[in-house]
Amino acid sequence: MSDLSHLKADFPVLDSGVHFLDSGASSQKPIPVLEAMDHFARTSYANVHRGAYKLSVASTEAYEAARNRVATFINAATPDEVVFTRGATTALNTVAFGWGLEHLAQGDRILATEMEHHANLVPWQMVAKRTGAQLDHVSITDDYRFDMDDYESKIGPDVEVVAVTGMSNVLGTMPDIPAIARIAHGHGARVVVDAAQLVPHAGVDVQTLGADFVAFSSHKMLGPTGIGVLWGRMDALEETEPFEGGGEMIADVTLHDATWAAIPHRFEAGTPPIIEAVGLHAAIDYLESIGMDRIFKHDQELTAIALERLGDVPGLSIQGPTDLENRGGVVSMAMEGVHAHDLATILDEGGVAVRAGHHCAKPLMRKLGVAATARASFYVYNEEADIDALVAGLRRAGELFGVS
Amino acid sequence: MALEELYREVILDHYRNPRNRGRLDSPDATAQGVNPMCGDELNIQLKFSDGLVNEVAVEGQGCSISQSSASMMTEAIKGKTREEIDELVSKFRTMMSLDDSDDPGLDPERPGSVLGDIEALQGVRKYPVRIKCASLGWNTLLEALNSKS
Repeated sequence: MSDLSHLKADFPVLDSGVHFLDSGASSQKPIPVLEAMDHFARTSYANVHRGAYKLSVASTEAYEAARNRVATFINAATPDEVVFTRGATTALNTVAFGWGLEHLAQGDRILATEMEHHANLVPWQMVAKRTGAQLDHVSITDDYRFDMDDYESKIGPDVEVVAVTGMSNVLGTMPDIPAIARIAHGHGARVVVDAAQLVPHAGVDVQTLGADFVAFSSHKMLGPTGIGVLWGRMDALEETEPFEGGGEMIADVTLHDATWAAIPHRFEAGTPPIIEAVGLHAAIDYLESIGMDRIFKHDQELTAIALERLGDVPGLSIQGPTDLENRGGVVSMAMEGVHAHDLATILDEGGVAVRAGHHCAKPLMRKLGVAATARASFYVYNEEADIDALVAGLRRAGELFGVS
Repeated sequence: MALEELYREVILDHYRNPRNRGRLDSPDATAQGVNPMCGDELNIQLKFSDGLVNEVAVEGQGCSISQSSASMMTEAIKGKTREEIDELVSKFRTMMSLDDSDDPGLDPERPGSVLGDIEALQGVRKYPVRIKCASLGWNTLLEALNSKS
């Protein structure tokens, strides 16, 4: 077991003893991230790209340094391909509305998947309705994987965009994005990856990933809320219209017209999340000091232990792949005769924090035939003791409800 | 232990064996209730006779608290007038909004108890996020009643 237990002391929230198994929803923040934001706000804060005074210059430098840090983290060709957004949801909406409204029309198809988070599904539904484009979905297989055969049968020259998750927030499934992108590009389609789970837990190299747009959030990767990233290949960003207008995103404005600032600033209307960018920068430093490979391995080791131990809990079923290949540290479960909210309440009494519900993936829940699941998700600060507490709580739930 | 106070036997019994389950032919009033955050769903149908609720049916799915509360509610409202039902709803809401310091020690056996078994749900108060589960059936019932009048 790769031992990361020394990291736990960096996360003050965990001092309470909580077994925090909900990092898939949002992660905890380590002291270096908190201190970086605090230090910046105390010493260097002002609005960016505005003032000629020293503080504004220092603030702008810190904000742009964060952009450079994201660019090296994901291996972007240039920092100009890194757009700061409010989060992954805003990043995906920027693509759907900024790119989709420009390039979709009746007769075109959008291809999403059955396992998309609402954030990579609902914006496409909205854009489909406005443009007349048709929205189709790639199935998942019986073993909870992206169905490549179904994909190949549904892709075609009329598909303009493929919207796919990098790692399912419910199943842990990691579709083969490079293969999906190769096929999509063969049909002239753009590829949009919801990497909200993928980037925090496995990192990405956008050069090998092959996608045209990648979206992720800071708050799921040890950084603050309120900031996320849209990476777009430069030619894809050049095809994208700004989705929000306002300050910062313009080159010139008259009473009736405006021209856009250069990419990426044209996609960053208004005062951006500056302190948050500094926090994200520190979070990336923290993650890379551990190493993304080691983090992914740690998540997988905990997942292996969990899958094995949960298999012995009476009445419990797992929704997700049981083999670890291309699978992240997310374990969804349902107990026969005990609803997920009851599971979550009982687990909470034992200090175990899990998410219960539809995980913003209602179409997937219907497909799985469950109304809700309880989900445990792992990150750097988790350890085997958290799984012990999870299993003990599940057994307690079974006893209370008379599950045998 | 708090969990046993929440998951009392009467609650688990109504969860496993919900009363008045199903649909009515030509109901006089119907309403659907959903807790979008957690996915609890209820569909309530009512039939009236001489100003009384004489038939009620519930369909739905969700956690033990939402489903048992709705089941107990169906038993409590049968044969009652609108005024009597309003009083039940009011008592139920009062029970859910009390805090521990003014816990009246409700006892279903005590003289004057209006809610009966439903008082088993008072343990829900200690779990604020679950109060909306317990309330779903009652809120949906009011919607059905108001849709009729």
